[in-house]
Amino acid sequence: MTAASRPVASEGRDAPATSARTILDAADIRRALTRIAHEILERTKGGHDVVVLGIPTRGVNLAQRLAARLTEVEDRPIPVGSLDVTMYRDDLRLRPARALGRTEVPREGIDGRVVVLVDDVLFSGRTVRAALDALGDLGRPRAVQLAVLIDRGHRDLPIRADYVGKNIPTSLREVVKVLVTEVDGRDAVLLGQAGADPRHTHRISSDESEEGA
Amino acid sequence: MKRDLLSAGELSRDEAVLILDTAEELAGLTERPIKKLPTLRGRTVVNLFFEDSTRTRISFEAAAKRLSADVLNFSAKGSSVSKGESLKDTALTLEAMGADGVVIRHSASGAPHRLATWVRGSVINAGDGAHEHPTQALLDAFTMRRHLGRLEGLRVTIVGDVLHSRVARSNVLLLSTLAAETTLVAPPTLLPVAVETWPCAVSYDLDSVLPKTDVVMMLRVQAERMNASYFPTVREYSRRYRLDAARMAQLPDDAIVMHPGPMNRGVEIAAEVADSARSTIVEQVANGVTVRMAVLYLLLGGAKA
Repeated sequence: MTAASRPVASEGRDAPATSARTILDAADIRRALTRIAHEILERTKGGHDVVVLGIPTRGVNLAQRLAARLTEVEDRPIPVGSLDVTMYRDDLRLRPARALGRTEVPREGIDGRVVVLVDDVLFSGRTVRAALDALGDLGRPRAVQLAVLIDRGHRDLPIRADYVGKNIPTSLREVVKVLVTEVDGRDAVLLGQAGADPRHTHRISSDESEEGA
Repeated sequence: MKRDLLSAGELSRDEAVLILDTAEELAGLTERPIKKLPTLRGRTVVNLFFEDSTRTRISFEAAAKRLSADVLNFSAKGSSVSKGESLKDTALTLEAMGADGVVIRHSASGAPHRLATWVRGSVINAGDGAHEHPTQALLDAFTMRRHLGRLEGLRVTIVGDVLHSRVARSNVLLLSTLAAETTLVAPPTLLPVAVETWPCAVSYDLDSVLPKTDVVMMLRVQAERMNASYFPTVREYSRRYRLDAARMAQLPDDAIVMHPGPMNRGVEIAAEVADSARSTIVEQVANGVTVRMAVLYLLLGGAKA
């Protein structure tokens, strides 16, 4: 998700608009995560030293599923945790202070390891920028890779994902919403219409109805 | 969140829980190699202390520095205040220096409220007279919740000089908002007028309350009160209201012992109690920094309200 789209307040909310249509269903998400798990193992030559860190809220659920698949395939536990980036965001001053998510670094730590960051939607890239800063304060990974379920384009920063579930070309007026069973009761990716560019909407007001892009 | 934190009593339940939850997420910071977050970079926090207080001041200073804020310390001693400057002129000076947050400790009740009407930055009450000390109440509630897992229905007993205690008042108000049940225990001379209007119970008998207590909070008997005939002798006070090992044994098994500090060992609390495994006194200090970080973040971290 992006700078404009990751408010804790969006948790548990329904689909953004009535016109939202499903672009990935539960089976699509399952297959995408399985493929990403195999790509990670291929790229890291067996997943040695891999630590999976999800970005709250839904990135954490996806990270746990990804780690479970890695563990299953390699038959040894792959450490998984969460990394809250709220305190490192560049848009903190644009809205009232928001609630924090949880940071949980696995016991193994991240020094010298390959950290795979997991998020649900890659949009402006600002969340990932914040995550890289947050990681730097936690330790020194050997490498950092990025896995996202959806890449919707419109990057503001020179950031790209190493593993992508699905590329979805969008317009800035559209809203991408990832639902996960743990938070929303079901798995799906929805594409809906927002009233205006959600990024700009957020800069003008804190209209929560636009969140979840 | 509101713009200022002037009183524990003005916090809604949601606001209080948000502060405690934020502190919970920040608590992990102390175990990290880099105990610092960039969140308040470029913001200025002024510690404006008109009363001596080392622990509260350094607690706020540590909290602000861990969030990367710039901290200016202003103490009344040796400052323009000792030359007769008024609170308002001091406030205007701070305003001109661009203070985003002002942490104020003052001997006069209500001084932070006045200050808040003069400065644009957020004002945080760090203790005003015998009125309120909201961040102390928040860190106490945070400590209770961490140990006992909840606040609703928790039986909290506050013992000692309630009359002169801003800590007691802030705790009673906040705990009432958070649905804990508070009982004040003190000699009648050390209870404030109209205490029956507070949202709490009152008792003069510590021994009868202790078996029904989850948290016992001992207040300091301030040395200057000891000779002011609030009670006949220190010995008599200690016999009736000191928490010693025998009284601690009357508490339920998982009950905790708290003290806002500084302690008078042997007067209101026996040394073996203060050093026991049930005592959270040292932990309260650590939690103080965490809770103050949460307050500074929530007041100064977002867009100006």
